[in-house]
Amino acid sequence: MVEKTKVSKMGGRQIPLHRDPKVRAVAFQAAAVLFFVWSLWTIGSNTVANMEQRGIVLGLSWLDKLAPFQVGFSPFLDNVLGENTYWRIFFIGVQNTIYVSVFGIIAATLLGFVIGVMRLSPNWLVAKIASAYVEIFRNIPLLLWFFFWYFIVFLPILPGVRESISFADAVFINKSGLYLPRPVTENIGAAVVFLLICTATIAGVVYLTRWAGKRQDRTGEQFPVLPTSLAILILVPIAGFYASDSPYSLEYAQLGAFQLSGGINLTTEFFVVWFALTTYTAAFIGENVRGGILAVSHGQTEAARSLGLHHGQNIKLVIIPQAMRVIIPPTISQYLNLTKNSTLAIAIAYEEIASIWMGISLNTTGQALIIIAMTVGVFWTLSFLTSALLNWYNKRVQLTER
Amino acid sequence: MKHLKHLKWQALALSGVLSFSGSAWTGTLEDVRARGELVCGIDGGLPGFSAPDNSGKMQGVDADVCYGIAAAVLGDRDKVKFVPLTAKERFTALSSGEVDVLSRNTTHTLTRDSSLGLNFTYYNFIDGAGFMIRKAMGVDSAKGLGGARLCIQAGTTTEQAVGDFFRANSLQPFTPKPFDTSVQTREGYEAGACDILSSDKSQLAAIRSELADPGAHVILPETISKEPLGPVVRQGDDVWFNTVKWVLYAMMNAEELGVTSSNISSHSNSTNPAIARLVGKEGGLCKLISATLDDRCFYNVISQVGNFGESYEDNVGENTSIGLKREGSVNDLWSRGGLIYAPPLR
Repeated sequence: MVEKTKVSKMGGRQIPLHRDPKVRAVAFQAAAVLFFVWSLWTIGSNTVANMEQRGIVLGLSWLDKLAPFQVGFSPFLDNVLGENTYWRIFFIGVQNTIYVSVFGIIAATLLGFVIGVMRLSPNWLVAKIASAYVEIFRNIPLLLWFFFWYFIVFLPILPGVRESISFADAVFINKSGLYLPRPVTENIGAAVVFLLICTATIAGVVYLTRWAGKRQDRTGEQFPVLPTSLAILILVPIAGFYASDSPYSLEYAQLGAFQLSGGINLTTEFFVVWFALTTYTAAFIGENVRGGILAVSHGQTEAARSLGLHHGQNIKLVIIPQAMRVIIPPTISQYLNLTKNSTLAIAIAYEEIASIWMGISLNTTGQALIIIAMTVGVFWTLSFLTSALLNWYNKRVQLTER
Repeated sequence: MKHLKHLKWQALALSGVLSFSGSAWTGTLEDVRARGELVCGIDGGLPGFSAPDNSGKMQGVDADVCYGIAAAVLGDRDKVKFVPLTAKERFTALSSGEVDVLSRNTTHTLTRDSSLGLNFTYYNFIDGAGFMIRKAMGVDSAKGLGGARLCIQAGTTTEQAVGDFFRANSLQPFTPKPFDTSVQTREGYEAGACDILSSDKSQLAAIRSELADPGAHVILPETISKEPLGPVVRQGDDVWFNTVKWVLYAMMNAEELGVTSSNISSHSNSTNPAIARLVGKEGGLCKLISATLDDRCFYNVISQVGNFGESYEDNVGENTSIGLKREGSVNDLWSRGGLIYAPPLR
């Protein structure tokens, strides 16, 4: 044994490998990773073996087959009974989940900001209203809100199909939701020209805003950005519409035997899911906003006052930018919650992924493993993208500490 | 020493591998007997099929199948643990072994039979999908439903049945409103989320009886699909498959033979060979299914649960709140013009 032991430069005997903390750290981590991989592999191979033994067919070919059931709500993707493959059903489900989540996130953010700022208002009544809002919406389970808004509030108060509320015979509201006229075109070339004009208008307004900001930085002169932008955004597309030979006409909803057909239909189910998710999540976001604003020390306000900024400027230019770095991280969680909570919509017949994919498709095909795995994949991807996007934004608004 | 240490690690790793590979599998019948309890997957909220009564006891034609199997295998109908399952959970619960048998108004279809690793035993209720609509809508045929909004329970075979019906009759597309549970579907229909409610006709009758004004709603005459409902077991366990199947057959045979829960004790020494085989006096039929079964396995089923007709009349028949008339329906015995026909006990 002695001849194998080398003598180190330090003069002492070298530490045996299994007592070397560095080697041990690496070895243990490698062992942990190996164990984890091996466990996954065992679970996977056991599952496949068990399923084979029980005669459960595992494969992906069914995804290309036609689904025999009807889907009612698909705002963008084509959807015809008897012509939808299961892939299409999957994407319709993903689309509907994203659709309600995106609108929910936007609305909940706006409402949450209003609630959070209101709660800090020096006006007693305003502050109490905001407090009551937060306590009521936060303390009742979301599923109950879904039932309450759908079965108790909106369905009963909305009029029946034949008694629809109508605005100029163009917009209708009834138990099936809101119907808007749909722009349709036969002249594709002119429609493209019109869309290009609209895009150019928006780009122009963005440029104007930047230019005005730079000019103010340089000279201190202010430019009336808001009225100018609004005027451009309204007038240029109208002029462009007629200049490009009126490419769009409007298709109005028509009364059929049972319901209105044609036009754009925002269903009651969509509206209630959006409404319930928004009002519920806004209570949590409001608290994040309040916490963020309170985290900015009062000295900042005093400093802003001493520079001559008025109250609005103080909030907009001093408080909010600093509060954002406290508000964003917990708000990311609320966005993820809202997206995941949208699966509760199955209770009130909104056709998102948990309903038409994990419910109906799973039942007609019986492919539980693949369907659940794909659904998990969808929510993981959506959550990952949301948090990656917001973390990137968060990095941008963080103060650079010197 | 060093080598020994290595060996120790290897032994530990090996034991880890072995512990994952699981023990040898015997069979569901032996499992149930060893456990002393049958685990039965049911709906749990569907009156007439499986729903708790006022005293909390599970009642219904589906529950009776569970009671019957427990009586045959364990000799005591009450040795059942009921597991309520949603339409979506049911097959996974069965194939993962969470339940021994699934008795949850489940339609027998080719897809389910061939790709889920399941075996459908036989039918304890023969149903078909239909439509319910408000009388005020003035529709008297399902052919007039083109373009309607339709409340439906997600995860059932009804979606497909309705889809097939609309395609086969080239009707204008409908707008489905798929709800998660039967109760939500009814609430949605009642609140006006849709014009029609579609479900199996037995369920339509039950749902209509729970509406605020049942008289204002009508069930359309068309039966648009075949929905044979019955207990389901896992594939690859023939002894258990036979056990469940023959419990159901025994209940049907008993009705044919006029043997009921109240008169079976007087038939214990019957000279009628068919009855003698049913009560276990002759033939040793139970032992043919499995040597572990008692000779009086069918006797226990009939004496403790009753025959097929008794179960029907007690749970869904004319004198119940479901009120489904049996006479002249497909659920009557073949000898009276129905479809209930069991192979002979011999």
